[in-house]
Amino acid sequence: MDLSFTEEEEAFRQEVRDWIPAAMPEDMLETARGAGDFTPEDSATWHKILYEKGWVAPHWPKELGGTGWDAARRFIFAEEMELAGAPPLSVFGLGMVGPLIVSYGTDAQKERFLPKILSAEEFWCQGYSEPGSGSDLASLRTTAEDAGDHFIVNGQKTWTSFAQYADWIFCLVRTDPSVKKQAGITFLLIDLKSPGVQVKPMMTLGHTPAFCDTFFDNVKVPKENVVGGINQGWTMAKALLGHERTLLAMIGPSRNVLQKLKRIAAHKTANGRPMLEDPVWRARIARLEMRFRAHLMVSYRALADQQKGKMPGPETSILKLVGTELIQELTELAMEVMGESSLTWYNEGVCLPVEESIGPYFCYERAATIYGGSNEIQRNVIAKMILQLPSS
Amino acid sequence: MDFELDPDQQMLAKTVADFAKNESPVARFRSLRDDEIGYDPAVWKKMGELGWLGIPFSESLGGFGGGFVDCAIVLENLAATLVPEPYLASVVLGGMTLARAGNASQHAAYLAPMIEGETSLALAYSEAQSRYDVGAVETTAAPDGAGYRIAGEKVWVLNGHHADQLIVSAKAPGGVSLFVVPRDAPGLRVKVAKTIDGHKAAFIRFEDVTVGADARLGEEGSGTAVLDRTMDFAAAAAVAEGVGIASTMLQMTVDYLGTREQFGVKIGSFQALQHRAVDMYAETELLRSISMAAMVRADDDDSSVRRGDISAAKYQLATGGIWVAQQSLQLHGGIGVTDEHDIGLYFKRMYALNALFGDQEHHVARFANDPAFAEAAV
Repeated sequence: MDLSFTEEEEAFRQEVRDWIPAAMPEDMLETARGAGDFTPEDSATWHKILYEKGWVAPHWPKELGGTGWDAARRFIFAEEMELAGAPPLSVFGLGMVGPLIVSYGTDAQKERFLPKILSAEEFWCQGYSEPGSGSDLASLRTTAEDAGDHFIVNGQKTWTSFAQYADWIFCLVRTDPSVKKQAGITFLLIDLKSPGVQVKPMMTLGHTPAFCDTFFDNVKVPKENVVGGINQGWTMAKALLGHERTLLAMIGPSRNVLQKLKRIAAHKTANGRPMLEDPVWRARIARLEMRFRAHLMVSYRALADQQKGKMPGPETSILKLVGTELIQELTELAMEVMGESSLTWYNEGVCLPVEESIGPYFCYERAATIYGGSNEIQRNVIAKMILQLPSS
Repeated sequence: MDFELDPDQQMLAKTVADFAKNESPVARFRSLRDDEIGYDPAVWKKMGELGWLGIPFSESLGGFGGGFVDCAIVLENLAATLVPEPYLASVVLGGMTLARAGNASQHAAYLAPMIEGETSLALAYSEAQSRYDVGAVETTAAPDGAGYRIAGEKVWVLNGHHADQLIVSAKAPGGVSLFVVPRDAPGLRVKVAKTIDGHKAAFIRFEDVTVGADARLGEEGSGTAVLDRTMDFAAAAAVAEGVGIASTMLQMTVDYLGTREQFGVKIGSFQALQHRAVDMYAETELLRSISMAAMVRADDDDSSVRRGDISAAKYQLATGGIWVAQQSLQLHGGIGVTDEHDIGLYFKRMYALNALFGDQEHHVARFANDPAFAEAAV
């Protein structure tokens, strides 16, 4: 057993650590050190900077625009980005549909879509859930009717996050209503500029316009936009879910909130001294940090497996479950430490100098235990697949 | 980064697991609960012959020069069937203290025979008022001729009822110091107490026990630092055992959910119980994962590297480990509360491990008060 990184890996870490502040525009550096409330435009700018450096898609194959790094370097890179508070990149292209096209797409699809995901010319969003299909995703009712060389798509997708900034949407649509519900679904790429598509943003609890409803009214979609074959959509969705699970471990966000928590507690006072010096408050932060360490070790185990080219062990199934519940506990504690100042919404200078606006973030993280397969669904799956408990 | 055991370690794990399963099933622990010693000196001797008792000691001391990870492998696998021999008390507490504090002739006299399984050791460090502060010692070692006269009382001395030698902390003129004292020394009064988990510990009164200067381990005043380090090993050892206990309890519970029927179906088909079992699985894996960090870091001489993960691991035992024990019992229903069923034996062992070498509040405070904690970086 060896929990350390090699000398070469540590040298790589230093290279990344030195590069980030040199490459990031000054105003974004300030945001990174402060509240971290980046706009989608900031994320796009950072995306392009990484693209020019060749570092935008570390987990893609080198010949398709990846970096050729091994699992340890990819992990170190992600860790340094998070530690620096760099803007998060839109995950739907780079982290979701991109890798799926890499694995299952045709050569034409790879040529058409991958370069523009890398260069930030095209952004993506996800069209899975529908008003009547949440956890029971396979019951989805958006239809794609065969019309010769193309489909006619009708229906409504919801929680299509950031669709208002996106150029394309990847959707699960029903292509065969006559078979078992999982068997009649197809994975389809749809241009959001197609006639008949309408995107309606909606406010989240965190007052960010993250969510959207997306409507399809007789939208014409060429058949060459199917990924993985007609009626193979459920297999595609499951393959994509595998990518998602490690994305949702929340290692970086948890680390950031822990830092933020300590920063706030070091400046805010209670009973005449900084809250960080109060044993009760200090202990509450310490408890969450200790749990974070255990969670971090689970993700290190997954990393070590990847590094050896092995399938990650069954323990990785708990990463989403534990990580999302931990980020909620952390943001809740941050709200508590803020006290009355937690009432601030965007902190329009009303509680300077140190308090940061945690409210919107706290609210938004309530979604973490719901998206990507609600934690209740995760528990159903682990009970069946890992613990092999009997089905009812 | 690599979390896998090397081939030698895998072999050790398999050997110990096979021994536990075949030669010391839980029934053996059960039958020894009412025994005067509580374990079998012949089995202890066999563990010595197998080389297990010398694992963490350097070859120059007659050991095998292994790391703490190797010790943890033995502890985890012995815990799986509640093997009662005093590995933690004699090898980790007594032996590792003696190895660090003693000189060559003391090693030859006391450590070498323990490594062979001829004798066993105990560490008498805790006092009624000290709780988890190893420096809070009221037992005294007054100069007496060329040696010392020891007076005071030690509590909850694991294996103190049967050990051949006790390592005792006492306040000498130069500060807290360690002494090796034979258990049959004149003036030493041993009272045996049964512990909640079916083991035995001793309350030991020292009524002017005289020892020679050669009984002192290291310099006067060096005791607290040595004991601090021993407590880190001991906390890590408790976590290693805790991993064995938690994973066994989880497996027993999942098996039970898959066989027990009520309302005409297996109770494991009920979603409320499935979700509980998944949360038990999560807590067990968190414990196993952070324990790996604790085991590797236990050997680090830099306390700032060592302490964080050991405290985090002991904290996860106190929270997640205890929760797994509670839920295992709950999901077994009434049968879990009987002495007849094994699940309760594991339950009580988890509570004993929780109470030893720093509880939840102790480790939270230690973690929170480490200078590194106040720095923003995590």
